[in-house]
Amino acid sequence: MNDTLSKIEKRTAYTLLLPAVFLVFAIVLFPIFANIWISFKEVQLKDIRIPEPRAKKIVKSIPEDKTKLKIVYRLRNSSLIEDINNIKFSDNLPSNIEPVELDSRCEFKSKKIKCDFGNWEAKYRQNFEIIIQNINNDVIDKNTIKSQKPKLSGDADNILLTTKFTLKNFKQVFNENEFLDLLLTTFYFTFFGTVGAIIFGMFAAQLVNQKFYGRTFMRSILLFPYVGPVVALAYTWTLLLDPNSGTLNALLVNFGIIDKPINLLGQKYMTLNLLGFDIKLRLALTTVIMFEIWRYFPLAFLFILARLQAVPKDLYEAAEVDGAGPLRKFINITLPQITAILSILFMIRFIWNFNKFEDIFLLTGGASGTRTLPINVYQQGFAVSNIGMGSAVSIVIVMLLIIFMIIYFKLIGKRANEI
Amino acid sequence: MRYKPLVIYLFISSIFFTLVGSIWKIMATLQGLKLTEINFNINFLLALLLSLSLVFIGNRINHLFKILVLPLIFTFIYIAINESAPIWYNVGILLISLFFTNRVKNYNLNYLKEDFVSEKIVFDFLSLFAIVFFAFIILFPFYLMFVTSFKLQAALLYNPLDLSIDFTKNISDQFKSYLVIFKTYDFGRYILTSSIVSIGTVIITLIFAIPAAYAVARLNFFGKTFLSTSILIIYMFPAIVLVIPLYTVFSQLGLRNSIEGLLIVYTATTLPVAIYMLQGYFKSIPKEIEDAGLMDGQNWFGIIIKIIIPLSLPAIASVALYVFMIAWNEFLFSLMFLDNPKSFTLSRAINHLTGDAETPRQYLMAGSVVVTLPILMIFVYFEKYLVSGLTAGSVKG
Repeated sequence: MNDTLSKIEKRTAYTLLLPAVFLVFAIVLFPIFANIWISFKEVQLKDIRIPEPRAKKIVKSIPEDKTKLKIVYRLRNSSLIEDINNIKFSDNLPSNIEPVELDSRCEFKSKKIKCDFGNWEAKYRQNFEIIIQNINNDVIDKNTIKSQKPKLSGDADNILLTTKFTLKNFKQVFNENEFLDLLLTTFYFTFFGTVGAIIFGMFAAQLVNQKFYGRTFMRSILLFPYVGPVVALAYTWTLLLDPNSGTLNALLVNFGIIDKPINLLGQKYMTLNLLGFDIKLRLALTTVIMFEIWRYFPLAFLFILARLQAVPKDLYEAAEVDGAGPLRKFINITLPQITAILSILFMIRFIWNFNKFEDIFLLTGGASGTRTLPINVYQQGFAVSNIGMGSAVSIVIVMLLIIFMIIYFKLIGKRANEI
Repeated sequence: MRYKPLVIYLFISSIFFTLVGSIWKIMATLQGLKLTEINFNINFLLALLLSLSLVFIGNRINHLFKILVLPLIFTFIYIAINESAPIWYNVGILLISLFFTNRVKNYNLNYLKEDFVSEKIVFDFLSLFAIVFFAFIILFPFYLMFVTSFKLQAALLYNPLDLSIDFTKNISDQFKSYLVIFKTYDFGRYILTSSIVSIGTVIITLIFAIPAAYAVARLNFFGKTFLSTSILIIYMFPAIVLVIPLYTVFSQLGLRNSIEGLLIVYTATTLPVAIYMLQGYFKSIPKEIEDAGLMDGQNWFGIIIKIIIPLSLPAIASVALYVFMIAWNEFLFSLMFLDNPKSFTLSRAINHLTGDAETPRQYLMAGSVVVTLPILMIFVYFEKYLVSGLTAGSVKG
């Protein structure tokens, strides 16, 4: 009795789970594995279309004989690199009409011309003509012939399904001189973006945790940068930072802080003179990191605030009795209470910033030294049109991600649920 | 008398006051005032004077009197020393000094003798400054977006510093950018597409996620622990590694440039977090309520519809709003999958506008306002639900 009940329970569980699990498998897990497959292939963007046989039908009248018509089929292979095998062709003719003579590849049966064209190599292009006549010797209406479309079918290798593999993509990814630079840029962006967002978030949380007039208002506007659509915000920033007519540059020039406008998003390096040392700053990357911090510190703020509000008030009261000032209270009570959440935040945000694509893409498109790994996936796959390379870069990202996740679960593991 | 707190107080309060004054000056510049000097030194001295007199007067005269008279005196000296400016600018200065004196009205020589007073002063002013700072850096870009959308091309080029809205223009000039993006660029259609995609994603996600979350939360089956841990791990994989395989497969299936394709992808990518959030809430519902339902002869379908859903409406609202936000703001997939303007979403359409370098920026900003306003309004109105959704789901972002 019990046994059947648990069986029913199991069956119910699987029924309930199946749709969701299937969808996630198809759209999330399958592509991750498909990446491995594609990354070992030489595929260009234009090869993705499955090759198909095509025929364009042109009907021509024959001046000397009104009862006859000439049909020209312009045959071609749509693919430039793949062959098509076993091509079958068929076209219908109206009743009372039949072909005068037929190619040996074709036959006429029950008002249908059927042909067996065999194989077409890549780039195949040829005209195929037949002459038709009315058996009653009447005039044939051109339009009825024209309106009928020929049908073609053929077997072609889907380039994604062939078993031709190559290591070329990975060789290219790692051999590229820029790979180290790419990795370094990604880490630079990720690390400073994450740390900056957490520091800003901590200040904001500390602020909103106090009582002041307009606190709820402050709390909601602090989340605006995260809630707003990235497209709108990125273009607003582009406008704000524009060297020619941007507000920021115009302001700085107006008050004499800088001599001439700085192209904050288009200049790779800027030399700063600090205490006599010349420091070469990666300007565009720094600007992008600033945007990143601006957009994501609300998240850190939200988590840290929730934690701060859970800190027992009597801890602070006891510290006050013991004669501790605000700074001591912050260092000895607040900080130890939020270190756990800070480390969790750091790990999670690190993983997510590592994968950030939209923000950089919209601000600089990966130019001026802001090309990170995710940007490279897009550039290889769609700008250079090398799908295989793009996949190979994706695989590198997935590998690094898995390493981060192992570290994350080793370090934090089950404590993640405590937040 | 200890001098250290006094010096710290004077220094910090003067700096704060000067900074707020400078920010006001910058804002005034952006409203079309021609001011070219910040006069940091003179203003700092003035602020120092005000702070000094405030602390020495202390409690000797009535607070109200002090708050009213000192800022007035200060404002007059300020007007006399600085560049000439219109009345509204000086009223702003007066208001800032009123706010400032009100804030430090309790500071007097006795207060400065208390324990840890210098630290307290530092913290007080730091948080004051932080309020101004955060409010400014957050609201300014939004303000810029909003104002630019109401500008005409000529005005934008003439003075990029002028961020005021000219209310003397007639209505059709005022809203010209909006008229253009709706008439020429077909934004009405994009709003519709975006709404259909976002709401559709919410509905489909919930239909898939509620049963699955119920199974994970309540039923025993083989592979349960494996499934619940893998939900989180799957959620950590970013869209960028899915893009190339999905692009190739969708191209071959003819799903690109279709709303269906977007719906499938958005649903699949938000499902893990929706399941994760919902199952946590379902677990908190007392099991006895369901047992009562089982006694009545309900099957699982009846239990979910009649018991689980009505009891977890707040959680479902959070999930729905969070998923809506993700779908509405999504950009990467719409960039990859849509290249026919007929099937654009709002984000993709705005991105498409920038493809043509000739497109005036005010149109771009009008489009940005159109895509930003709905989501911000939803956020402000349903803040409570969306915040709990964000907290639960924002391991991602």
